[in-house]
Amino acid sequence: MTTEPLAGGRAISAPLLGHGTEPTLFEMSVAGRSAIQLRTTGVPATTLHDLVPAAHLNPHVVAIAEVSERDLVGHFTRLSHRQFSVDLGMYPLGSCTMKYNPKFCDAVAADPGFNSVHPGAPAELIQGWLELLVELEEKLCAVTGMSAATLQPAAGAAGELTGLLLMRAYHDANGDARTRVLIPDSAHGTNPASVTLGGYQVTTIPSNSRGLVDLDALKAALGPDVAGIMLTNPNTLGLFEEEITEIAEAVHDVGGLLYYDGANLNAILGVVRPGDMGFDIVHMNLHKTFATPHGGGGPGAGPVAVSERLVDFLPGPRATLAPHGTYEWKKSARSIGRVHGWHGNAMVLARALAYVNVHGGDGLTRVAHHAVLNANWLRKRLDSTLPAAHDRVCMHECVLTATDLKAKYGVRGLDVAKGLLEEGFHSPTVYFPLIVEEALMFEPTETESLQTLKALADAVERIAQRAINDPESLHRAPQTTPVSRVDEARAARHLIPTEDAAGR
Amino acid sequence: MADYLPHTPDEVAEMLAFLGMDSIEELFAHIPPAVRLSQGLDLPVGVSEPDVAADFVRLTDANRAKASAMTCFAGGGVYDHEVPAVVKMLSGRSEFVTAYTPYQPEVAQGVLQAIFEFQTLVSRLSGLPIPNASLYDAASALVEALNMSAGATRREKMVISSGVHPHWRAVARTFARGTGHEIVEVPLRDGVTDWGSVDVSGAAAIVAAYPNYLGLMEDMTEAKRIAVEQGALFVLGADPVAAGVLKTAGQWGADVFIGEGQPFGTPLAFGGPFLGLFACTLDQVRRLPGRIVGETVDSNDRRSFVTTLRAREQDIRRERATSNVCTNQTLMAVTAAIQLGWLGTQGLREVATRCAQGAHYLHGEMLKIDGVRAASTQPFFREFAVRLEGDAATVLSDMADNGVLGGLAIKALCDGDDPSIEDAVAEHLLVTVTERRTKEEIDQYVDVLRKSVG
Repeated sequence: MTTEPLAGGRAISAPLLGHGTEPTLFEMSVAGRSAIQLRTTGVPATTLHDLVPAAHLNPHVVAIAEVSERDLVGHFTRLSHRQFSVDLGMYPLGSCTMKYNPKFCDAVAADPGFNSVHPGAPAELIQGWLELLVELEEKLCAVTGMSAATLQPAAGAAGELTGLLLMRAYHDANGDARTRVLIPDSAHGTNPASVTLGGYQVTTIPSNSRGLVDLDALKAALGPDVAGIMLTNPNTLGLFEEEITEIAEAVHDVGGLLYYDGANLNAILGVVRPGDMGFDIVHMNLHKTFATPHGGGGPGAGPVAVSERLVDFLPGPRATLAPHGTYEWKKSARSIGRVHGWHGNAMVLARALAYVNVHGGDGLTRVAHHAVLNANWLRKRLDSTLPAAHDRVCMHECVLTATDLKAKYGVRGLDVAKGLLEEGFHSPTVYFPLIVEEALMFEPTETESLQTLKALADAVERIAQRAINDPESLHRAPQTTPVSRVDEARAARHLIPTEDAAGR
Repeated sequence: MADYLPHTPDEVAEMLAFLGMDSIEELFAHIPPAVRLSQGLDLPVGVSEPDVAADFVRLTDANRAKASAMTCFAGGGVYDHEVPAVVKMLSGRSEFVTAYTPYQPEVAQGVLQAIFEFQTLVSRLSGLPIPNASLYDAASALVEALNMSAGATRREKMVISSGVHPHWRAVARTFARGTGHEIVEVPLRDGVTDWGSVDVSGAAAIVAAYPNYLGLMEDMTEAKRIAVEQGALFVLGADPVAAGVLKTAGQWGADVFIGEGQPFGTPLAFGGPFLGLFACTLDQVRRLPGRIVGETVDSNDRRSFVTTLRAREQDIRRERATSNVCTNQTLMAVTAAIQLGWLGTQGLREVATRCAQGAHYLHGEMLKIDGVRAASTQPFFREFAVRLEGDAATVLSDMADNGVLGGLAIKALCDGDDPSIEDAVAEHLLVTVTERRTKEEIDQYVDVLRKSVG
């Protein structure tokens, strides 16, 4: 009799009651039905026509939907049952750091003492919030080895663009017109897009045979017109850029700045800091590294920390502790200005501080240790099924390749990903980074147990067997999910973005 | 010593043995020692959840502006609307909260369909056919609208009414540092845009707000006429609650609608995360920023939803992309769909109407106080500006001592450096009333204000 413990992160038991479609809110609507209940106010009920000039009133009624509270609850509960999530099972989506999101942090954000506060209230009435922002800024600087930070950017990409504008402001202040930013060919797509919006041109630096920045190619591309370089370290192959000091020196030698894309910061918490590697600008994805929930595609938060010489240019206003012991907003005369409508995604910031304080410096270091341990265990375990693109120690994620399965059995990386859905796991990231053929990027994160990793590896091995025995079944996968493979080409060819376009 | 790690020491040993290693340290041995941290992070050691919670009580106590301590009459694009338990509980379901961007549509139909319903509602409220799946906030929606206008017209001049929220304009100025757009801000006269006072020739975009940030309903005919005459896109930022009864952006002839979706189910939240609303005409669909969900079928011919027109996006177009948006604000979009479902067709009209009723009642009562004057003669909807005899910030501080968050000092809202600062003198106060404010609360406001200015 076996006593082997079973996986806690496999969602194969999720009770989905069949394969019907869920009607839209609009299809359930019945004229005259309603859910709303409002406060009794006693405010004089003047008619709208007496308050608003006729020229401004919409002659038509805008249709929303008319449903009962019970049907509203049924509808969105059923939709939630048609959705994979971290809480349901393992989500090894590489580059996205889909770790467990502690409920405590959500409870902090749900506290009305934080979330019922108006962002425009005078500083004297929001001292708790300002202190929270100052504390988080200091702690993020301690993690990254930087001098100061802006908490305004609402997501990683917003942080990137903010960082590039800081780069521009710095060079402009030195009367130094530069035109190019270097980016490795393994970079996330947001990097080149952000560079363009920052008003720079992209120069792509090839990777060498070890999957790292080709230092000679980098040096050849450098010149007085280079504003800086954007690097992710560990890079998107999950590999640490071992020549980072040489890279930093070369870029600084021509007067350029180093931008750290914090997408992969989880791997190095407490081990090495971007500031110590020579970076000047660092963005963090709080929704990755600091476990704030991803919300189905946002909200995130992308604070940007900088070295001393860039502090003056940070977006403002920033919360600061004034000499007399109270907190206030402050904006430097050289600030690039606002990058958010208010103060950033404040509730995400509050969650992140709760996460940092629970872990402390010791806990954050354990996070990195265990994330890297999990990724390496998975890489080695899957070595004979899906070999790694680069066969050596990886950091928090590993990029595996399905070229073998494709060549032998015609089973592509996407088929493996879809097969995993039938096995009760979310797919890894597929076909990224672009420089690896049939890439499958697994990021197990530190919060998945050894049992769950084993169950995932077993599932991948079963899929590889299916590739041999019945490859066709993988082309059709998944069949056990609420819908099977969707016709993406049709969606793009005949755009139906609304109920009205559907013509129901 | 607190964390959420499952590994027992035995398991760590087993995993290391599998890797042929003696310690976790070996996993990091390839990192150059010169850059390694030798002492660990300069942070306190971790403590338990209840310890952190106990510490945070100090912070929440210091937030005097919280709802339990103060009645909110502050707006400025962020409004204290009713968010019922049903909306909080549904939007807090962990399947929505802990999912990521729906890259695998077969297991993401929940979020995808909710976004589709959200898009439908944005389209109806804007009167425009092509909505997106949301942006970070209204300010980011403005920036994306400007980028779209530049792409559509191959021009760089952005003519923006100073009636657009000061923070949105500030964000547009910041991002123009990168794109090189020329931003021309049009002054207000009597609180409404004085279009004739600037050179609009060669504009890529004509941008206005409806109602404007002072709460005033401007006639948008002139803005539309200029946009047509100049071949520019007409971008209209509209209050989505007011859109329940006022003319839609589409009815005013806008090419692009932008808005702040916070009023649909998101609390004041100290300013974020909020919800950037965006919709445009069919002509601009290939330049749409961010994600869009479309309806299709699966291989068994069942109705399905999927993110579509992906060829526009940054991960595919890279440096040729016109937007770098990846993650947006999906959870707030889902929340807005739920809140609108709760409000219903008549309910949204009722909320919009009650806001206007409350605001007009308060405005009338305030003007009875000596030393309080209307800041404009133009019609307002749910928010208005008044001019006091003294400094608005001082009056607000005084009112706060009596449990009333009396509004926003317009000068502070403009960060002190707004180009339209002449409209934002220190005596200007911006006040709003939502459907949550009772007559009793409004009467109390008037009493407190009377004492403060008296």
